[in-house]
Amino acid sequence: MTYNELPLFYVFHFYFFGIVAIASAIAFVTRKSPVAAALWLVNTMFCLAAMYVLLDAQFIGAMQVLVYAGAIMVVFLFVIMLLNLGHASDLADARGMTWKLVAGFLGLALLAQVFAITRARVPEALVLPENALATQFVRTGAIAPLAGPLFNEYLLAFEVTSVLLLAAVVGAVVLGKRRERTRAH
Amino acid sequence: MLTESLFFSAVLFTIGVIGVLTRRNAIIIFMCVELMLNAVNLTFVAFAQVYGVAGQVFVFFVMTVAAAEAAVGLAIIIALFRHRQTVNLSNINLLKG
Repeated sequence: MTYNELPLFYVFHFYFFGIVAIASAIAFVTRKSPVAAALWLVNTMFCLAAMYVLLDAQFIGAMQVLVYAGAIMVVFLFVIMLLNLGHASDLADARGMTWKLVAGFLGLALLAQVFAITRARVPEALVLPENALATQFVRTGAIAPLAGPLFNEYLLAFEVTSVLLLAAVVGAVVLGKRRERTRAH
Repeated sequence: MLTESLFFSAVLFTIGVIGVLTRRNAIIIFMCVELMLNAVNLTFVAFAQVYGVAGQVFVFFVMTVAAAEAAVGLAIIIALFRHRQTVNLSNINLLKG
């Protein structure tokens, strides 16, 4: 997809949300208070939702807001406030200079690797015609093209996911339950 | 916008990795893992625009696994806090030897 065919409005908003997402992610990693960090992460997730919408994934964008920003992050905030993690001993949790240097070098190495991967060639035969997804969405709506594969090709994965969720719910309840003292009768 | 998406995704993933390495608060480390999952989701969506809608279906599964992981992980953190009264990983060193 070349630049010149995309409207400036689109390109501007894509870069805008991308840069805001990265800035909020940096703010998230550097905040001391867990509540502030969680709120910056919510901001990152909202920006990502906007980017999904710009990338022809409207339904995924809605799910991002509902599930990630709405449900998962609320659970995180709930746990932070339940455990009352505001006091000074918990706030100073950044590691020392050595760890930061190691993390910086590892981050640079990782970035270099990921950029090397993005240069990989993918067979041209797999590439859809330009704007294929957008035109398909105009014809059938944004959800039907997702629901088709989800309930046909990926039906087994979908069912296995339900087992995974059940296991997670049972595990969370067992772990979260206050252990009663076992008495030998 | 494939190249730009991959760039943003790589940077977000790296920020998540750096967060995991430099923080000691278990909950913040956990949120950094969520940030990395989100970065990968952005890659999936960007590739779905070029190579077909299967990438978007995959994002659903990633989101489900993330939700399950959050539920179990936070339950573990609560159980840990009940034992140790802290979530600071430098105080939790039973396996350090």
